[in-house]
Amino acid sequence: MTKALVRARAILRTGLDDRGRTRVETMRSDPPITLRQTAPGEVHLVSTGAGPLGGDRLRLDVEVAEGTSLTVRSIASTLVLPGTGRSLMEIHVYVASGGSLVFAPEPTVLAAACDHRMTTAITLEPDASLFWREEIVFGRHGERPGRCHSRFDATFAGRPLLRQEFVVGDPDADGSPAVFGTARCVGSTLITAASKEAEVAEGVAVLPLAGPGTLVSALAADAVELRNRLSWGESRVSV
Amino acid sequence: MDVTATEAPALTGAASGMPPTTDLTGQPGPADLTGLTGLSGLLLLADSRLPAGGHAHSGGAEEACRTGAISGPEDLARFLRGRLATAGRVAAALAWSACAAAHVPKFPDTEVPDIRAADSGDPTSTGPAGAADAADKWRLLDAEADARIASPAQRLASRTQGRLLVRTAKRIWPSRALEELARDVPDGAHHPIALGVAARAAGCTPAQAAMAAAYTSVTGAATAAVRLLGLDPVTVHRVLADLPYDSVIAEQHDWSALPAHAAPALDLLAEQHLRTEVRLFVS
Repeated sequence: MTKALVRARAILRTGLDDRGRTRVETMRSDPPITLRQTAPGEVHLVSTGAGPLGGDRLRLDVEVAEGTSLTVRSIASTLVLPGTGRSLMEIHVYVASGGSLVFAPEPTVLAAACDHRMTTAITLEPDASLFWREEIVFGRHGERPGRCHSRFDATFAGRPLLRQEFVVGDPDADGSPAVFGTARCVGSTLITAASKEAEVAEGVAVLPLAGPGTLVSALAADAVELRNRLSWGESRVSV
Repeated sequence: MDVTATEAPALTGAASGMPPTTDLTGQPGPADLTGLTGLSGLLLLADSRLPAGGHAHSGGAEEACRTGAISGPEDLARFLRGRLATAGRVAAALAWSACAAAHVPKFPDTEVPDIRAADSGDPTSTGPAGAADAADKWRLLDAEADARIASPAQRLASRTQGRLLVRTAKRIWPSRALEELARDVPDGAHHPIALGVAARAAGCTPAQAAMAAAYTSVTGAATAAVRLLGLDPVTVHRVLADLPYDSVIAEQHDWSALPAHAAPALDLLAEQHLRTEVRLFVS
């Protein structure tokens, strides 16, 4: 492969307009990460290029100012492809006190032979609110996925709220009844709202965290089933 | 720096007979010519006969056997490999960190999870505020463990086992470290943290503490499966012997960056298990 390696850093920041409403203050696209405002306080990620491909290093910074609300979605799923070396997608998020962020893009699909690293670092100030959904699909239909290592870190008011890593494509964990079992997708939604008690249904659990938040965690055979399971879990958490 | 020399003089039982041969990094000192430092403590801590209640927990294996996810030695091997690579890796890192930090009045420079990092670059770093109050360190490591265990059923099982281990270890290896841990985390420290501090009290190095944590993260589940499914114990021990324990153990410094490998299936099993009526094991 001779494709030039991509370095991109997109930035998204909110502020308040003079009538006290959320305004998207900074929206710096950096292809292949292109940002499009689709409604007040709502931005869609539009991929304007294949990948990420191996070797690409992409970064998205999101900053939600005090008292503002932002929703980030995406137009389509992200297909991670092999290339020259490892691809990286890092997301850095800051939500100020009284700010609110909904981040619910379409799934990340791991194509065969990909080598992908994802890191998400979220800082939540006191009274910040967050809804963060992440879905990983192990290969396209009938395809064995390459390798992916994701790490998610969220702190709330300076204390760790949730830290979790997923490794796909590790022979020790793949197919283990302790990790993903027979599932082909893994997903989770972190919501900064308390739920009284844990709930569990087929392939999905609603898990009240030790800190102020709830994690909906699901495993499924395909992306549709995964979304259904997560949605059920999300509906059990009172926001 | 010699840690064992800072032990309160009244605690004659602590690390008795153990020369002060480990420094803060857990490297054997010059007195350790035979490589035996900490080994007796490691054996005692990893032994399933240690009266600390570990036998009552199956680490999700009972529920996996009930649902058919484990039905024979091959399934069990995959279960244990996955458990070691996730929960075992996290437990090993926490035990390493707890052992390295135990009854050290201040963090050594390399291990201070500096809260100032929150203002300068890495926003997800957490650490004890400036003065690093000794009591804060256990609450801090405890919070790091909490953030890595999403399932309340697993947090409860971890704290229950940790509390029992601290209670037992305080009598076996009386030490200031264990007293402090019991005082600062009164609800019961998470098991790997309790194990790390107990290991320090028993004269172990952080690497040995991590090995004990990695090993006990799979042995309870293995034994449970033998009992529940009537598997051949020798076959299961062969499985245990083949597991890559070393691969999940690494030196740890920054607590906020400790491994956090999640096991969604274990979370589901743990929650389902609490709702299953007939149970032989607590978890």
